[in-house]
Amino acid sequence: MKPIYAIPLLLFVMVGLALMVGLTLRPSEIPSALIGRAVPEFSLPPLDPTAQELSSESLRDGKIKLLNVFASWCGPCRIEHPFLMELQRQSVTIHGLNYKDLEDDARRFLNELKSPYTLIGKDKDGRVGIDWGVSGVPETFVVDGQGRILYQHIGPLNRQAVEQQIAPLLKGRKK
Amino acid sequence: MIRPSRSALAFLFIFLLATLLAAAPAFSVAVDETPLADPRAEAEAREIMKGIRCLVCQNQSIEDSNADLAKDLRQIVRERVAAGDGEKEVQDFLRARYGDWILLKPPFRTRTLPLWIGPFVILALGATGLFIANRRRAADGGPEGLSDEEQQLLDVIEGEDEG
Repeated sequence: MKPIYAIPLLLFVMVGLALMVGLTLRPSEIPSALIGRAVPEFSLPPLDPTAQELSSESLRDGKIKLLNVFASWCGPCRIEHPFLMELQRQSVTIHGLNYKDLEDDARRFLNELKSPYTLIGKDKDGRVGIDWGVSGVPETFVVDGQGRILYQHIGPLNRQAVEQQIAPLLKGRKK
Repeated sequence: MIRPSRSALAFLFIFLLATLLAAAPAFSVAVDETPLADPRAEAEAREIMKGIRCLVCQNQSIEDSNADLAKDLRQIVRERVAAGDGEKEVQDFLRARYGDWILLKPPFRTRTLPLWIGPFVILALGATGLFIANRRRAADGGPEGLSDEEQQLLDVIEGEDEG
């Protein structure tokens, strides 16, 4: 057989491989450009007026924590909520960024479902969310003790993401 | 079979028409937004928006997207332009948050090189292939003429036509 006849087969295999890689991509998930960087400087008023505010300063407390972007109007937030509660029971610190929400709605949401959050910041106009590179709700960031973003999960947080993506990241680090 | 009465049909028609008309304002973009006072600055802001990808609808620019996030980003673009930023500064501001993907036109970099020159490489490969194939055909001397036998047969057929 002439070697030239192998060309179509070769092309077919190459295109097939390229398409296979394409299947594994998730173009709808746009990662924040801030992964591996320091959190943007911000300070948000608390949902509960008597509580402490959520700020970049409060994220530099030497401990690893999650920052969960949520809103009462967000359906998938209800899906991930039981899992956040479970993490909280395992004494994971979770802060909440209440994204473009009405205060009363947010309170009702948390009264109904219980709050997994330590601090909750009101991001009423969504500007802080944009500074973090948030493109939708829910999203969850892993922030280390120095206030660096280690990881961003897009969509409802789940056990698989924690076990396969987040846990290996935190291996060998102190809490 | 039940036949709808004429008045019921008329009602349905008017109802549908009314719904259709009520839906029309949804097509007009950004009615609740305040454009910049300076028309030149607004035009510049609009031009910049055309190059920014809407993160929700992906292959639309924020200039013609109705998504909430697109609205927020439009507001930011306007603020930046009003503060004296040019296109590059606005793009850098957004790229610092969302990465290169936020630009509808990918920047020219080593990583995006295949994207930019790939089509030309494929075109060149195709042209080379065609050229080689053509030259080979020419070297073969093209199709041979008819054999004596074929020529005789052709003469007979043509002769039949005339006769």
